[in-house]
Amino acid sequence: MIAEIGQFTLILALVTAFFQGTLPMIGAARGNAPLMRFADNAALVQFLAISIAFGALTTGYITSDFSILNVANNSHSTKPMLYKVTGVWGNHEGSLLLWGWILALFGFSVALFGRNLPGSLKARVLSVQGLIGVGFLLFVLFTSNPFTRLDPAPFDGDGLNPLLQDPGLAFHPPFLYLGYVGLSVTFSFAIAALIEGRVDPAWARWVRPWTLAAWSFLTIGIAMGSWWAYYELGWGGWWFWDPVENASFMPWLAATALLHSAIVVEKRDALKNWTILLAIIAFSLSLLGTFLVRSGVLNSVHAFASDPTRGLFILIFLIVVVGGSLLLYGLRAPSMKGGGLFAPISREGGLVLNNLLLSTAAATVLLGTLYPIFLDAFSGEKVSVGPPYFEATFLPLALPLLIAMAIGPFLPWKRADITGAFARLKFALLAALVLGGGIYAWRSHTSIMTLFGLAVFAWLFAGSLLEWTERVRLFRGSLGASLKRIKGLPRSAHGMTIAHMGAALVVLGITASGAWQTEHLGVMKPGDVIDVGGYDFRFEGAHDVTGPNFKAVEGHFVASDGGSPIDLYPQQRTYDMPPMQTTEAAIHPMLTADLYAVIGDADGKGGYAVRIYHKPLISWIWMGALVMFAGGALSFSDRRLRLGAPKQAKTMTPGGAREIKGS
Amino acid sequence: MTRKRRRLYMVLAGMCVLGIATALVLTSFRDSLVFFYSPTDLAAKPVAAGRNFRIGGLVKDGSVVKDGVIYHFSVTDLKNEVPVTYKGMLPDLFREGQGVVAEGHLNDSGTFVASNVLAKHDEKYMPPEVAAALKKSGEWRPEASN
Repeated sequence: MIAEIGQFTLILALVTAFFQGTLPMIGAARGNAPLMRFADNAALVQFLAISIAFGALTTGYITSDFSILNVANNSHSTKPMLYKVTGVWGNHEGSLLLWGWILALFGFSVALFGRNLPGSLKARVLSVQGLIGVGFLLFVLFTSNPFTRLDPAPFDGDGLNPLLQDPGLAFHPPFLYLGYVGLSVTFSFAIAALIEGRVDPAWARWVRPWTLAAWSFLTIGIAMGSWWAYYELGWGGWWFWDPVENASFMPWLAATALLHSAIVVEKRDALKNWTILLAIIAFSLSLLGTFLVRSGVLNSVHAFASDPTRGLFILIFLIVVVGGSLLLYGLRAPSMKGGGLFAPISREGGLVLNNLLLSTAAATVLLGTLYPIFLDAFSGEKVSVGPPYFEATFLPLALPLLIAMAIGPFLPWKRADITGAFARLKFALLAALVLGGGIYAWRSHTSIMTLFGLAVFAWLFAGSLLEWTERVRLFRGSLGASLKRIKGLPRSAHGMTIAHMGAALVVLGITASGAWQTEHLGVMKPGDVIDVGGYDFRFEGAHDVTGPNFKAVEGHFVASDGGSPIDLYPQQRTYDMPPMQTTEAAIHPMLTADLYAVIGDADGKGGYAVRIYHKPLISWIWMGALVMFAGGALSFSDRRLRLGAPKQAKTMTPGGAREIKGS
Repeated sequence: MTRKRRRLYMVLAGMCVLGIATALVLTSFRDSLVFFYSPTDLAAKPVAAGRNFRIGGLVKDGSVVKDGVIYHFSVTDLKNEVPVTYKGMLPDLFREGQGVVAEGHLNDSGTFVASNVLAKHDEKYMPPEVAAALKKSGEWRPEASN
């Protein structure tokens, strides 16, 4: 019964999405208000229908209803409840249903919070959302139906891949999808603007919060995925430039660029065409990511199935969406009028540089990711493009970006004085020199790249902080006056400072953990002691333990650097269903370093293969990402960006033009 | 600053960045493309020692010998095989008779020294390169791979 409810509501959602995609568009063209308003109701119905369908599948998982093929293939009655629920999206069909549900959620949010949008714009935005929904629901219903019955129902299910039975990964897809699909809203706004033939600062003001939300979710989603790879795969790495990782990283780069170019449209009425194009590209990269990951073109934990009809469907969908929107762009964009002028050295100029570097970086990543696929398709030769390529192309583009990130906020709009900006950044330069020089004095064999990376961290961190202190006039008057300014500063300004500092912390974590990691690989017998990174690791032995749905060999290490001892319990698990081994690294995260231990096979002579890492400052990679997310969230809560907040007159406080700096 | 002049500056800046990026891509592509060969490919067209590439096939039954954290095994496509040595911890799903992809180089005695043995995430899964290698050698049996 429950599967039939899900099936029925999915079809209902498809029909609703079809009308949502067509009627309001006609209404907007003819100025027919009731047809335009229909979009709101359709978005609500579509959202409710997919919610019921999603609830139906979740119920199937919770009650272990193995008469549903999808549940039987991916769940098991002994699986812990948390993973029964998260298992709903731990497979191809369920994850697409989640995608569709989030799409409907965003559509509904536009209907709900977009009260202040002009009627025709809102109708067109919702209409485009409806059309995307049609594409996805068709895909779900015809190639990936999660409600297919299985008769006779098996006694028990096949279980979920144990690598996915993990809290980090359980919540990685929802966040990533909130980001991917969030970009569908900016895409819909871009298409609607092209149809309307009008882009103005108000449009940018409506687009920014959606971009900001999508960007924040993407940031946290990518960070979670990398964190999972770090502790679950047991290789100690956190980013592999794997095509699947790149698939999520490219939309992030495009979203970051979009976030910044939308500011120029909002504040200066310039870069309009570019921003529209970027919105199209960002969502196209999201779709491409979904295609790469789900079609089975790539081999990874994400490629649940490699059914060629699915790949073909997504490919056609991708061509229609990308080709159609670019065609529309080509037809309509030239008629859009450019806005405010600016000198190359100015806030706008800085943001253009930001966009250039980010989109070029995205392009090099795209090339490296797609090249093996094309080469295979055209010549049958199998190659892979590894980290050396991405490091050689991405880093030289990322470093100038990071350096410019500290300067940009110091530049006023229209025309700026670069020497003045540098003069105000002298403490940041000092910080960079002191850190780089200090490290060199301490360890002269440190590589030049490491020194440079650390200097960039200091420069960006101090530069962002300096800009903030200058804006609130800290130490330049009474503390009370500064506090007042802190309160008066728009939240998006605080958000920018925090997000930029977060990026600096990520640089710190990447540089330090890459440069100063120590590793030990070998066989240890109980009682053996080994020194790794200044810690004595004592192997106490290993014994068998039993979990809810696995058995494991659990090792015990005691690590000490003279202070209180730290216990580490790495496991090698063998799951019951599906029967599969996983490595559970034991990680002791600290602000200064992570201790990381893995236990492997017994050698039959009382010893075990072990791998131990000491990774200085690595946790700052994820903490930095969290700080970036916090900056995004704070910016999102800015009342000027609040969805539906009345358009605010530009108030010029005594700070003059500086008031309108945004993140 | 006229609109035209501004556009010119932006186009110039864009071309500079793109030019640098193209140069970076071209120089790094030559060194960082990692080719994939099956044992039969390798037998037909030997690769110079020291050059980085990937090899894939099945882990030959009975070939795995463990010496502490150093492993010796053979990768086969059921026609030809290549001896492999690897120092480190093998991925969880490494098994005799299962598909495997390894990255590394040949040493002077013709043994493949793997720097990385790629993990499969799922026991049902066969790396597509391995499937293709087996198909090429005529030993592909889809029903046996699951």
